[in-house]
Amino acid sequence: MRQSRLHVPHPPARPGEKPDFSYVQISAPGAVARPDTRAPALEIEHLGSEMVRVLDGQGQALGPWNPHLEPEELQVALRHMLLTRLFDDRMQRMQRQGRISFYMKSTGEEAVAVAQAMALRPGDMLFPSYRTQGLFVVRGKSLVDLMCQCLSNTRDMCSGRQMPIMYHWATGNIFSISGNLATQFPQAVGWAMAAAIKGEDHIAAAWLGEGASAEADFHHALTFAAVYQAPVILNVVNNQWAISSFQGFAGGEHRTFARRGPGYGIPGVRVDGNDFLAVYAVTQWAAERARASGGPTLIELVTYRAAAHSTSDDPARYRPKEEWQAWPLGDPIARLREHLIRLGEWSEERHQALERELDAHVTACWKEAVTYGTLTEGPWLDPLTMFEDVFHEMPANLERQREELGRLVQNRAAAAPPAHDADTQTLAGEG
Amino acid sequence: MARMNMVQAINSGLDVMLGRDPRVVVFGEDVGYFGGVFRCTDGLQRKYGEHRVLDTPIAEGGIIAAAIGMGVNGLRPVAEIQFADYIYPAFDQIVSELARLRYRTAGDFSAPVTIRTPCGGGIRGGQTHSQSPEGIFTHVCGIKVVMPSNPHDAKGLLISCIEDEDPVVFFEPKRLYNGPFDGDPHKPAVPWSTHPKGEVPEGHYTVPIGKAEIIRPGTEVTVLTYGTMVHVVESAVRLAQVDAEIIDVRSMVPLDVDTLCASVCKTGRCVIVHEATRFSGFGAELSATVQEECFWHLEAPIARVTGWDTPYPHAFEWDYFPGPQRIVAALNSVMEAK
Repeated sequence: MRQSRLHVPHPPARPGEKPDFSYVQISAPGAVARPDTRAPALEIEHLGSEMVRVLDGQGQALGPWNPHLEPEELQVALRHMLLTRLFDDRMQRMQRQGRISFYMKSTGEEAVAVAQAMALRPGDMLFPSYRTQGLFVVRGKSLVDLMCQCLSNTRDMCSGRQMPIMYHWATGNIFSISGNLATQFPQAVGWAMAAAIKGEDHIAAAWLGEGASAEADFHHALTFAAVYQAPVILNVVNNQWAISSFQGFAGGEHRTFARRGPGYGIPGVRVDGNDFLAVYAVTQWAAERARASGGPTLIELVTYRAAAHSTSDDPARYRPKEEWQAWPLGDPIARLREHLIRLGEWSEERHQALERELDAHVTACWKEAVTYGTLTEGPWLDPLTMFEDVFHEMPANLERQREELGRLVQNRAAAAPPAHDADTQTLAGEG
Repeated sequence: MARMNMVQAINSGLDVMLGRDPRVVVFGEDVGYFGGVFRCTDGLQRKYGEHRVLDTPIAEGGIIAAAIGMGVNGLRPVAEIQFADYIYPAFDQIVSELARLRYRTAGDFSAPVTIRTPCGGGIRGGQTHSQSPEGIFTHVCGIKVVMPSNPHDAKGLLISCIEDEDPVVFFEPKRLYNGPFDGDPHKPAVPWSTHPKGEVPEGHYTVPIGKAEIIRPGTEVTVLTYGTMVHVVESAVRLAQVDAEIIDVRSMVPLDVDTLCASVCKTGRCVIVHEATRFSGFGAELSATVQEECFWHLEAPIARVTGWDTPYPHAFEWDYFPGPQRIVAALNSVMEAK
């Protein structure tokens, strides 16, 4: 007699096993048709199961999605991606030295944020996830500012209230990163609805990981975006892993994430997330569609999380160490570099020189950032600022609590002048 | 001055703000074409168009998330959650996002969202159409919580909420929409047309957030209450024949501690009445505050009259509802204590 059985998804390989990416369906570079941006969603469903690719293995740009960018733009793109990677590497090392409490790298996924930010306009509002630091790099946020946030120091944009990497940039039109996943997705739709209500042609774009697409907020975002045909680009960064859970636990075994779009009446486009040109072209297509009242687009960016989820997990415990080498879509930085070299617009020497230049820049930024304070050595923000910004105006109960803490802080300072407190001393010792 | 019930007063408040401020948008389930299941948005879509007054999908989390995005983009959204009992799918968006946005960005982003939602029982709504979850929201840092008890305050407070820079949950005690209910379901309904608080200015005015109101001055005991229970307490005080000072708290966050505690220090006795369940209810905060501020003036233990600590039972509504009989007993017990 048959009985019901749960299907509990298993990744194709765990530690000690041979990496296997045969489940990733890959189209040939240049092979996917590029429909008109006004095409009805349900006539272009193929875009959700195929994979838009432009760059081939030899660094050639092929097919109808080639955005035909100028070499100078490609060099800027390479610079942004490389800077993002070197920034990540530095911050990871600083976490290991105990200078910051936590970090999350975007290694291997740099093309996603960099290409998409470059394809959008400065007035478009970006709703980032925690692995899209490239958005800030492209829009020109100083690395010193990002580092100061990670350091929770006296120049921290969040005034010491958030864990590292929870950046925001109001004047750069980048929203605040939330530690509660997927919440930004429907918020971006609301922002885009407001732009349409006000009659502006700015659009919104939001990012989340494939794992977070399981949240109800994802469904809310797609429903609202479809219902109101909001000018928004909703991006699922499918990097295969949500901490230790492979993409099958978000439902990726049964259907691509992009193909969820047509279920709501929204175009779903699946793109090689490590192909700068393809990501740029797809984003440009979706932005043009949104700006012309064509409504939202769901983009699945197929990539691979080359580093750990964060500094708090060891990926060797849940996936083969060799996976990143075996990843069939390669490294986005290496691929764009090859393309530029093939165009005769770049060289190994120039690349190494750029690396040295950017590394020196990151070092200089770090040296400046720590002058505004570090977690271990100060100077620190006044703890009494913790009572600000709960409300626009401070209510009486918070004023009383601020006074109470103020007395405690004063007494503590009088009792033990030089030291900070026991916790930081321990951290400093570990460093 | 016009005569309005609470539905008309809320409608008028929205109308005034939609007319005055092009940033105001009103949306929620059934609020557009139909005008809301309680009619609070009746006629507003016809008057202001469907870009200002919108129907939404049945997705409270999506409604509040969209409101946040709109607020960040410069609008002043007024979102309706059709029943307070339906607010929980939006809890994460309210607690982790709306309430925290200003704080987590050190003031760089904020969303001035007003959430209107009908609450409370007495309408045979069972456990999914009768809840009073205000206490849950008062525990969240960064969001204001108010509940008017009459048409005049409803309109004035609602306008204050929409004009406020912070997010506010505006609870509407739905048993009061059509009249001041005194707790006796067997009496004929009394309309707002005969009540002084049914007189409502037609134009713009505000009732400030954070200010309680003394409904009835008295000397022997202070009763702290809000929403539907204000009227039930008035009835109970008449029955008990005590000279009670009745205070309509109106605003739970921020709380008007000065008005509340000055009264208790004067009378020396305090009864707290709300419809919500007792354990960790807002009455617990009121009781603790009164104890901290008025201990040496108290002549009797503080008493609480609340809903029982059960879900709202459909068939036993009037045994659940903290009616005049229970309030009279609490008043008598507090008055007898030496």
